[in-house]
Amino acid sequence: MANVLVCIKRVPDSSSEVVLTEDAQSVDGRFAGFTMSPHEECAVELAVQVTAATGGETAVFTLGDAEAAEQLRSALAVGASAATLVEADGSTYGPADVAREVAAVVRAHESDGTSHDLVLLGNDAADSGDFQVGIRLAYELRRPVVNGAKLVSVADGVVTAKVEGPEGVETYQVPLPAVVTIREGGVEPRYPSVPGRMRAKKVAIEERSPSAEPSGPKRVKLTLPPPVPSNVQILGEGAAAAPAVVDLFEELGVLAR
Amino acid sequence: MILTLVEKDLEGAPVEVSLEALTFARTLSAEGGGIPVDAVVVASGGQSVSDELRKQLAEYGVRTVYEIQGEAASAYAGAAWASAILSVREQSKSVVVLAAGTDRGNELMAHVAARAGVAMAANVLSFHGLAPFTVTRQVLGGAALEEMVLDQRPAVFSVAGHAVEAKPAETPGAADVVEVSAEIAVADLVARVVSTDEPETDESGGLKTARVVVGAGRGAGGPDGFKDIEELTSLLGAALGVSRVVTAAGWRPHHEQVGQTGTRISPELYVPCGISGAIQHWAGCSSAKTILAINTDPEAPMVTRATYAVIGDLHEVVPAINAEIRRRRG
Repeated sequence: MANVLVCIKRVPDSSSEVVLTEDAQSVDGRFAGFTMSPHEECAVELAVQVTAATGGETAVFTLGDAEAAEQLRSALAVGASAATLVEADGSTYGPADVAREVAAVVRAHESDGTSHDLVLLGNDAADSGDFQVGIRLAYELRRPVVNGAKLVSVADGVVTAKVEGPEGVETYQVPLPAVVTIREGGVEPRYPSVPGRMRAKKVAIEERSPSAEPSGPKRVKLTLPPPVPSNVQILGEGAAAAPAVVDLFEELGVLAR
Repeated sequence: MILTLVEKDLEGAPVEVSLEALTFARTLSAEGGGIPVDAVVVASGGQSVSDELRKQLAEYGVRTVYEIQGEAASAYAGAAWASAILSVREQSKSVVVLAAGTDRGNELMAHVAARAGVAMAANVLSFHGLAPFTVTRQVLGGAALEEMVLDQRPAVFSVAGHAVEAKPAETPGAADVVEVSAEIAVADLVARVVSTDEPETDESGGLKTARVVVGAGRGAGGPDGFKDIEELTSLLGAALGVSRVVTAAGWRPHHEQVGQTGTRISPELYVPCGISGAIQHWAGCSSAKTILAINTDPEAPMVTRATYAVIGDLHEVVPAINAEIRRRRG
């Protein structure tokens, strides 16, 4: 049996325009809407597969404002059975702060009798892109860490993780307890079923306060890159543009057979 | 001293982005009154630093090449490599440790920073000011920038790909090789690569290296909406790339995805059809030299950022292009 904890983050939807908050400390997602980081959707799917195969349970964790419960419920709807929210203003937390809060929850659950043998995180958050929370967490918990895995399975107390490395697909075999960060692409996240959604609504989310004051992200401010003036040359409209397009292909030399 | 991790390709030559990181390090050195730039490389397969590698590092102004050997240098283990890099940092008295913002570069800098108890900035584009040392880095896949202070020592960061152009130094460095055989704790070898399967075929259909890529997004309309696009791809000898909307809906497999969480492409020509150009996608295709967007919406970000555009439904425009190509080929 292996119990898995997945750390997820509520991030602004990257399918629309970026707007910054007035204090330039974070992205204003009020118009774009929020979602779970794509890597983490795959981490949840892998966790559910691992716990189904080993008879364990998947729990999810997030640090954020009360609205982040929405992302926890999305994970509960696809097979996680417990959720923890550390309520805090995420924009005042640096990667080391977040790792410390995850570690505090893992230790607290452990002393309450629930182990998280495997902790999965996204390789990098879609918004802050720090690329380090999972690794810092591993040092906090004194566990081994595999970074950027697309596939994960557990058998006999050993996690096997597959990573696309510079020379091919690398295999790691690491004894539990361990930390693995996940990259999108190895599995297709499942859609929540109607009973799954109903069940998710009924789960009581564990709410915790942060274990310590954050030391902060060392962020001075966020800025938007200067807008690039549009220099687009319109070749035409509809099917009538085809000859102009093929002229361009010839000019660029991409039509050579 | 400024210590730069240099990654090597399969032939043992430094990868381009590591040369960019060395160029970045030199700019920093010049600003800091000429403090030396050192390189750290990990010996692979028992190979020592080749004359060719040494020559190239000298051209990039490297003073000392620290070569990690021994236990840390066999199969890859992030914690072990980071431990060895930190031994070199001690030996070279470095105040800055940096790498290219590759998967491995970011991973190793995160290990180094966590072990040293300092902050780490991923994907840095530039620095401004040394006291305090302030950097600008990419967040949201490049759609926003973050100004960040690295006031601890060592300052640890990775340099975003193409943040600077790789340029040899005006005055070459000595590139003296110093072999380092760091002692590695057993705990740092637990998470280690046990085997590597060489990819039999390029699963991405050569997307990463394709000269021409044809893209398809929401505008394809459904899993059956790719016939004309596939024909155009084949007529151009191109690779097919799709947006995240398409893979998330299950219309096409993930390995065809171009974007922040998919493949990053840098073709001569990219032809995105029915792709609006959301941040997620733009992060993966912004390195294309020429972009020809086909879209119904003249205000779509992909259209305004493109070099050329055709306004129209891809299901009308693409078949007409295919017919025109066939006609000209007779």
